[in-house]
Amino acid sequence: MKTIVPFGPQHPVLPEPIHLNLEVENEIVTGAIPAIGYVHRGLEKLCEIRDFNQMIQVCERVCGICSAIHAQCYCQCIEEMMGVEVPDRARYLRTIWGELHRMHSHLLWLGLFADSFGFESLFMQCWKIREKVMDIMEATTGNRVVISVNIVGGVRRNLDPEQIRWVLSELKFVEEGVKSVEAALLEDYTVKRRLKGKGVLTKEDALLLGAAGPTLRGSNVAQDMRQLGYAAYGEIGFEPVVEPDGDSYSRNKVRFRETLQSIELVRRAIDKLPEGDISVKVKGRPEGEVYHRVEQPRGECVYYLRGNGSKNLERLRIRTPTFANIPPLLTMLPGSELADVPVLILSIDPCVSCTER
Amino acid sequence: MNNVSDITLDALVAEVLKKKNDGWRFVTLSCTELDEESCDILYHFDKDLASSHFRLKAPKATPIPSISSVYFSAFLVENEIQDQFNLKFDGLAVDFERTLLLDEEVTTTPFCRYGVSRANQ
Amino acid sequence: MQFIKNFIAKSRAKSPWIMHFDCGSCNGCDIEVLACLTPMYDVERFGVVNVGNPKHADVLLVTGTVNPRNQKVLRNLYDQMPDPKGVIAIGSCGLSGGIFRDCYNVVGGVDKVIPVDVYVPGCPAKPEAIIDGVVKALGKFESLRRAG
Repeated sequence: MKTIVPFGPQHPVLPEPIHLNLEVENEIVTGAIPAIGYVHRGLEKLCEIRDFNQMIQVCERVCGICSAIHAQCYCQCIEEMMGVEVPDRARYLRTIWGELHRMHSHLLWLGLFADSFGFESLFMQCWKIREKVMDIMEATTGNRVVISVNIVGGVRRNLDPEQIRWVLSELKFVEEGVKSVEAALLEDYTVKRRLKGKGVLTKEDALLLGAAGPTLRGSNVAQDMRQLGYAAYGEIGFEPVVEPDGDSYSRNKVRFRETLQSIELVRRAIDKLPEGDISVKVKGRPEGEVYHRVEQPRGECVYYLRGNGSKNLERLRIRTPTFANIPPLLTMLPGSELADVPVLILSIDPCVSCTER
Repeated sequence: MNNVSDITLDALVAEVLKKKNDGWRFVTLSCTELDEESCDILYHFDKDLASSHFRLKAPKATPIPSISSVYFSAFLVENEIQDQFNLKFDGLAVDFERTLLLDEEVTTTPFCRYGVSRANQ
Repeated sequence: MQFIKNFIAKSRAKSPWIMHFDCGSCNGCDIEVLACLTPMYDVERFGVVNVGNPKHADVLLVTGTVNPRNQKVLRNLYDQMPDPKGVIAIGSCGLSGGIFRDCYNVVGGVDKVIPVDVYVPGCPAKPEAIIDGVVKALGKFESLRRAG
């Protein structure tokens, strides 16, 4: 007998409202239909009334968790349209703040994921480590979450040598903290029982369904937009993290390893940080079309901008990674047990405010 | 933007199928309103970090064939465009009938600058 | 009987149970609300417990703007909470719509749908400010207790 079980919009596991109608047959999920729209604001339309500089603030608020990377992507788009050459130091600083955002986002997710299978002390531990990253952001930019450092033509704030020394010493604590949870996250018997072989997404399916980010790399596809070499990634050397199995455990492991990789990338960027200006003056107005992709903590983020030579953009289109990861989720769910549904939903790292904008 | 090729309504599904058979990954659609009569829809694809795009000039009055039969993942973005631009996609895998993002009681189509509302349908 | 009533009123002011609902925020305030519950800020030292069930909750934390779809959910959650209850609107969006007030799918602040007791400003609101807001809301329960 088939039963429809509604999941969400208010659910203790999810920090954000998303609704799924689960078709269930004796505890086994046979189908799922998503219903979104609880967080839809319509901020793409704001580009018609705010000018292209004001839109940076709006883009930062597409999603609070990866705000710096949204702003970075938007600024890179405008710079590409207007032919602005960003100073080297600004590119490296963008990389540093971008990677700090990735670190905090992954630690946040590792915690929430642990909470989804009932491991609450691990959740607390991950969030405790994450606070160190938040401290670094607050000390270097003045704000914890929405850090507002990117502007068209560069960045707003600089790092002085003393701050750099302090950041490096704090990162040591973060690294020790992340390594201390490794055994619990990856080796624990219960965790393995809950994650191994759950929600398998094969390589072919992942590509066909357009999965993005860690969901794609957890299915053995080495694709990361940072390979495109935007900002400073081309110069500091970057290799995508890949895991072969395509199950929840693989996705978990990808994000765990990426956290450590981000720490390494920040160190490399600081090591090579060039001297010089942090921004250039920008003249003119955006015109033409641009299609740009960056890698967010959750995956590939696509911006499409169309300008008509006025101070307002004609069209701003944002395709966020969770939007791409919903179809793979819908194919992961059938065949799983009802009790595993929260784990599977969290394993794609859903960011609903990104998805609906 | 490089690698953009124009495409017509009739050839759309066949061309997209060709892309799929060549191993391209579907990324997304971007829709812009051009004037009262037509919209500009871009189909973005990706293969090993290379991008390729189709540009379709779609008249608002005619339904557009859905590519969700080729790439299942396209159904979400096609529903989104139905919500926002008052376009119609034919043969959607899952049709939310303009309630994906907007609530049933909302009758406007926000991205249409030329004042077409859902109530007029 | 009076003794039990006094006991409940006192417990409510000393250990309020909170529920968090994301109403269309950008996540910035949500993660700060969650950060309040974790070791660094730890509101549990004030006796605050986070629950997922509206029928168990005394205080509702709402972040973000209201839109036509989630206002029904918000209303529903509010109605399910037992009296007396407190509502805290968090962040610029929850107060007035903030940066999104001009968007087409935004109704406005939380107080357009349900009565709000405490407003916590900030974009996003800092954990310290959110804790302050919760403590302010406790003042409401305290004054109710005094009034008997």
